[in-house]
Amino acid sequence: MYTNTKSCKALIALLAGIAMSILPALGNAQGYSGPYKFGVPATSADIAALNIDVMPDGRGLPKGSGNYETGKTVYTAKCLACHGPDLGGIGATGGAALIGGRGSLTSGKPKKTVESYWPYASTVFDFVKRAMPFNAPGSLSDDEVYAVTAYILGEANIFDRKATLDATSLPKIKMPNADGFIADARPDVFNYE
Amino acid sequence: MSSKKAKKLSNQDYDEATRNQIEGMIKAEAKAIASRKGAVEAEECECKDGMFPSGPVRSDVTSRRQFLAATATGATALMVGSAAQAAAPPGAMDYPVQEDPTKVQGRLTNDDGGYGSRSQFETEVRWRFPTATKESSWTMTPLDAGEGIVTPSGLHFERHHGGIPNINPATHSLTVHGMVDGARKYSMEDLKRFPSVSRFHFIECSGNGLTEWREPTLKTVQGTHGLTSTTEWTGVPLSTILREVGVQDGAAWILAEGSDAAVMTRSVPIDKAWDDAMLVYAQNGEALRPEQGYPLRLLLPGFEGNTHIKWLRRLEISDKPFMTREETSKYTDLLSSGKARQFSFTMEAKSVITFPSGEMKLPRAGFYEISGLAWSGRGVIKRVEVSVDGGNSWQLAELQSPVMPVCHTRFRFPWHWDGKPAILQSRCQDETGYVQPTIKQLVDARGLGGGKYGSIYHLNGIQSWAVAADGGVSNVHKY
Repeated sequence: MYTNTKSCKALIALLAGIAMSILPALGNAQGYSGPYKFGVPATSADIAALNIDVMPDGRGLPKGSGNYETGKTVYTAKCLACHGPDLGGIGATGGAALIGGRGSLTSGKPKKTVESYWPYASTVFDFVKRAMPFNAPGSLSDDEVYAVTAYILGEANIFDRKATLDATSLPKIKMPNADGFIADARPDVFNYE
Repeated sequence: MSSKKAKKLSNQDYDEATRNQIEGMIKAEAKAIASRKGAVEAEECECKDGMFPSGPVRSDVTSRRQFLAATATGATALMVGSAAQAAAPPGAMDYPVQEDPTKVQGRLTNDDGGYGSRSQFETEVRWRFPTATKESSWTMTPLDAGEGIVTPSGLHFERHHGGIPNINPATHSLTVHGMVDGARKYSMEDLKRFPSVSRFHFIECSGNGLTEWREPTLKTVQGTHGLTSTTEWTGVPLSTILREVGVQDGAAWILAEGSDAAVMTRSVPIDKAWDDAMLVYAQNGEALRPEQGYPLRLLLPGFEGNTHIKWLRRLEISDKPFMTREETSKYTDLLSSGKARQFSFTMEAKSVITFPSGEMKLPRAGFYEISGLAWSGRGVIKRVEVSVDGGNSWQLAELQSPVMPVCHTRFRFPWHWDGKPAILQSRCQDETGYVQPTIKQLVDARGLGGGKYGSIYHLNGIQSWAVAADGGVSNVHKY
């Protein structure tokens, strides 16, 4: 009995040892047998070059500032051609309406704009910085992004046209539809048998 | 009935942009249909009566006849390179057709340069939704011409938000940072060294079928359901990378970011990353196609298509979602209450009959094999039922094996058409027990307050195809 148990234990230890030595080398499609340590550490410079996102609480907002007046100049030069002089959008260009539509979300014919639908001011900054203007995405300076954000939110009567938009003031903006979003409630139809 | 009341609204009740889009896509589809029909009629073939997926559908039949004539008189000049390509349908080369291929040698081995192309007689293509720009647009997979469950890589539907970037894999990298023990940067070579997995999964755009909420709008299954495709994807489990970098306590979301002009971003719950998410670099046995994210794409099985970030350059681990444009102003589902559902990731169970389907024509009464696709973002399709009487009675369809989770499943059902008007429907059930609902049930649950397109996203209702006495098949709503 004892001998058997002992030899069993020895066999298990041997097999485990073999498994330990083989598995990391073979890998396992479903599990994880690392660490492999492939790749290289990402330096702070690597990350800074890519890390452009801005969160609702203001994390990620860069230095700089802008206001309604400077934003109007930027908008006129770089945004108006697609989004229109009244920020109402130009269908043929694909430029969306940016303002208007407040109160339309329950009308059956909703007009979804930054003013009526977007829940966070940070999203305006983030999207303009990463993807606008359409013909030269990512070309605006941080000051220009602050400025054009201030202009759009000023025209939407959300942000004071005399105030300065920066990393401190932007996260404090409460958008009209901030509470307009709910969790996914699906499945919402039940035909279970 | 809210849906009946809603149908009274005409297109004129909507804003100009919406009207233009509806009219534009009807026109775009009509153009695609016309080119197919024109080709069939010009051929004067047996298939003149329709069922166009089996018939020649090319619009440049004249050039083919010229080839035939030229070959007959022995005056054929071998067309090579761009000239042959220009005359051929997309993805094909135009080669001379021998009058009797048993009497002359065929074309030279490997003369195609070592990468094959489809026959010049096969012409199905994606067609594009007529959005204002061609950079932010989408194309539909021709499901009506498809066989089996795999979508040819070149026919996979597309959705781009800033065009298709052309990326050199030698200089592409993925940076993983945020709430991790050690931020890391991976080259494509690094990623390909990790243990890999291959899995068959569908990707479906959550906007698939958006035109069909209120009334039957597009005519073909390519138009109504063409924003879904299935591929064998190969890559690294995302969980492997998370273990490599060491995820910190409190991490709950991952921002995935693409290297396109939209610098496309979505926040993904980290549970999905631990579960079955993949970083894929191959599709159907070869590298990803550029329009599918070459060289690297995030794959989130069962999640709406836009979250499968293409041209992936960065993953940032965080405690909260980032609330990017694509998860706030877009890809949220506005209900009649004025509230919008957010982070509605899962593609629920859905099926559609692809043969026969809209704009086909059955030549005569008799036997037809009804065939279609079923899929669910929640797992395996357990069964598919078919109705040939508008949902009054249902019968089990046969499922083609293998039936894989979160993957197109082919179903087939033998049908003897008596020549009388019929309405064909399919409905599926997945492994959770969920049964595909009717469009009416979805409208009752969500309302049409979102506008012309209802809540736009996540329409997975039962599709109805009406077969008329003359054999013509059309898109109808039948509950």
